[in-house]
Amino acid sequence: MKVGVIVFPGSNCDHDAWYAVAHDLGQHAEFIWHDSERLGDVDAVILPGGFSYGDYLRCGAIARFSPVMSAIRKFASEGGLVLGICNGFQILVESGLLPGALLRNEGLKFLCKPVQLSVETTESPFTHGAEKGQILTVPIAHGEGNYFADERTLDELAAEDRIALRYVTPCNGSRRNIAGILNRDRNVMGMMPHPERAAEPLMGSTDGLVILRSLVSAAVVR
Amino acid sequence: MAAYSPEVIATHGLKPDEYEKVVEILGREPSWTELGIFSVMWSEHCSYKSSRLHLRKLPTRSQRVLQGPGENAGIIDIGGGYGIAFKIESHNHPSFIEPFQGAATGVGGILRDIFTMGARPLAVLDALRFGTLEDPGAGARNARIVEGVVSGISHYGNCFGVPTIGGECVFEECYNGNPLVNVFALGVIQRDKIFYGKAYGPGNPVIYVGARTGRDGIHGASMASAEFTEESQQKRPNVQVGDPFMEKLLLEACLEAMQTGAIVGIQDMGAAGLTCSTCEMSSRAGTGMEVDLDLVPQREAGMTPYEIMLSESQERMLLVAEKGRENEIFDVFRKWGLEAATIGVVTGDGRLIVRDKGQVVADLPSREVADEAPVYDRPQTRPYRTHPVERGSAIPVSNDLTRDLHTLVSSADLCSKAWIFEQYDYMVRTNTTAGPAVAEAAVIRIKETGTSVAMSLDGNARYCYLDPREGTRLVVAECCRNLSTVGAEPVATTNNLNFGNPERPEIMAQLVESIEGLSEACEFFQVPVTGGNVSLYNETLGTPIFPTPVVGIVGLLPTAPPVGIAFRNSDRFVMLLGGLGPCDDVRFGGTQYAKQVLNDLWGLPPALDMEYERRVQKAIRQITGEGLVESAHDLSDGGLGVALAECCIAGRMGARIDLDSDLRPEFLLFGEAPSRILVSSATPDRIQSIAESFGIPVVTLGVTMREHLVVRNRNLPLVHTKVEALRRDWADALEQKLESRW
Repeated sequence: MKVGVIVFPGSNCDHDAWYAVAHDLGQHAEFIWHDSERLGDVDAVILPGGFSYGDYLRCGAIARFSPVMSAIRKFASEGGLVLGICNGFQILVESGLLPGALLRNEGLKFLCKPVQLSVETTESPFTHGAEKGQILTVPIAHGEGNYFADERTLDELAAEDRIALRYVTPCNGSRRNIAGILNRDRNVMGMMPHPERAAEPLMGSTDGLVILRSLVSAAVVR
Repeated sequence: MAAYSPEVIATHGLKPDEYEKVVEILGREPSWTELGIFSVMWSEHCSYKSSRLHLRKLPTRSQRVLQGPGENAGIIDIGGGYGIAFKIESHNHPSFIEPFQGAATGVGGILRDIFTMGARPLAVLDALRFGTLEDPGAGARNARIVEGVVSGISHYGNCFGVPTIGGECVFEECYNGNPLVNVFALGVIQRDKIFYGKAYGPGNPVIYVGARTGRDGIHGASMASAEFTEESQQKRPNVQVGDPFMEKLLLEACLEAMQTGAIVGIQDMGAAGLTCSTCEMSSRAGTGMEVDLDLVPQREAGMTPYEIMLSESQERMLLVAEKGRENEIFDVFRKWGLEAATIGVVTGDGRLIVRDKGQVVADLPSREVADEAPVYDRPQTRPYRTHPVERGSAIPVSNDLTRDLHTLVSSADLCSKAWIFEQYDYMVRTNTTAGPAVAEAAVIRIKETGTSVAMSLDGNARYCYLDPREGTRLVVAECCRNLSTVGAEPVATTNNLNFGNPERPEIMAQLVESIEGLSEACEFFQVPVTGGNVSLYNETLGTPIFPTPVVGIVGLLPTAPPVGIAFRNSDRFVMLLGGLGPCDDVRFGGTQYAKQVLNDLWGLPPALDMEYERRVQKAIRQITGEGLVESAHDLSDGGLGVALAECCIAGRMGARIDLDSDLRPEFLLFGEAPSRILVSSATPDRIQSIAESFGIPVVTLGVTMREHLVVRNRNLPLVHTKVEALRRDWADALEQKLESRW
């Protein structure tokens, strides 16, 4: 089992994701540089948080054109597991791998704090280790995490059970309190909160491991 | 060579006798570019000419100190083959003129100081001072400055990927025209891989990396060395513009290039840009340097040599490589998409020679420019304060101490700062074990060593105004106490001395008193000073700020969940280590109660007994180390009353407190005698015996309970309130004050 952590020049949660997988879960993890055209023999990919190429334009708008994203599109189309966290979620949305958009937070300010998430579906490789309705305490840290999609798309997401995580209390203006969603094939998930920051008792919560463990065990099965 | 009019020399910030010294060093009149170089290098900001003489009094050595003052940052040994590099810097003047970029580039500058040495930045803390939001004239502008500064810090630190994990923020009228933005940064470094800003090895290439040079920030250092006037807004173009993504690239590329072993020396281009880095690097190594400005990557065409040398464009570094190994370095910078260019060579003759289009535009001795700036022993006179020792009338008897407590916790100084710190990413890099407002000090674990580092920034300008020496000693004591309260052993200090115009004898007296107080306390608590920053001329239209020394101290502790301030369970004993402490009319005049409730300032700061303080700190370290307490909170601003309220608010837990004291209720609740720590515990006996072994009193005040905070003294009710009500007043106060100004 090997997890690839993608590194854009402005990624800054790359090491944290690597550390959570390698240290806290004891799995093999390796970094993949943004101009790689191949992912190698990884079983799952994490797009970590950060500021990909500076994100002075819309977050992730440039990253979608990077060589590694072509490889990830191919990987995903073949059923590979892709988890986008924070900036990773923004990139997945910009790349068209997930629907909708992430707007500036309702309060127009960056917001960093622990929030409560409810697990809305366990029918996914990222949440199968949780109970439906389980409450997870996981931090957010973003300026543009306000999930937006038109009503039809939102209805579709709900009808197809693709809303994976919701905020228990509204925090950034996201439509229907969406914190994480799945693609139609359920092998790609984007989420704004940071599970890798809630992966050790020392960090105040280990609830993020529910998601990372699910990912790892699903990858093993595949 | 042209001679210059007195006006031209004056606008370069040089006094007539300083200009004469320039001529003497050169043996001729300076060229235009040389005049610019001397102007910035001999500015107060770069040369410390008013403070240098007195800074020599500071203790700078201990067994842990690997690098003391004089380099880009101080470094101390933390064991296991690792060290930590840390320093504090001010960006006060730019933050007033352009709050967002001023604060952002303040963060950028200090981060470069850290990674220049080879350390990866792991934490930032900020000490902020603003004018009051309630001020009828300046309040609206002050609110805009708060918003700009906080979003500037947030913008830069978050994108760069360093957690901003603590600090402090105080509002005072004296900062109306002169906010303070002091940024502290700390990074981890391998002991045997420390890099210095030294240009060794004649023949070695001088390489420029990072952003291109533009016309921004020219004379920033000189601007920071003058008082503000009504024309200061015209200096907005002197403020640099920051690019945190570029800085992130520069960080990764520099750390990677250092691994090649091809780098001989490296220094960031901060204040005074290319001028300072070339002069200082060659001066420190006793070498010279020749640079050709045609080779410097430039953002715009037609820049003069004067402009290129004085530009303070951000995110640039100068490094010296081993001759013949340039390509190893270029490869790394190419990988990160950064520009790197060889712009010159190290020489052996001690001279800095600058060429432009084939012409020599400057030819100066590096050491004299970097190290021979004039040093002044400026006159000092008292009094340095105008407030009386005795209050004009008796301190009024409060008719509602509960209301007073609510007033205090909802004041801008003491209310929740969540509006600020939630805009900062305080968790990135997953090392933060105690982030903002959790414990007495911010704590990060160091993954490389398995140990942790605690940090605290402290200042108290009211105390320092009333008595600069005692005030500064109190600040150092509090900082060490904060670290001890989380169980850390304080080991080293950095400091930022923010004062007014040193050419005024009463300001100079404040500065000298404060430095001597700092020296005494750092010596006593064995926390040597490894570096810092002096920011003078903090005045607007002739009104100086209160003397504001800000002290940053780091401490070491084992990695474990830290002791926070929150009362966590009911039915725990609430104990006050150090006892109820003394207070009197004179010592009450600098307290938060005097400020927030009485709107007054008089008297003297609380008295400090350093020997006693040290025993209290030793006791709490042992108590924390043995895991005997569920919470620990030192008494400082607002005294016992505010500390109780904060422990209750943080834990959403109440307490029933029964005191037994002769002090009048205002002193008992809100006096600020130092050397006291409030703890909650299920094991009072062991705490009692540890306190006894250190010869300090510990008083059991009461027990924690649900919902209410009730305080009595000998059955006389003092405070009775609901914790949720306190919490509400405390939580939203800052946002409400800011919003009422927008």
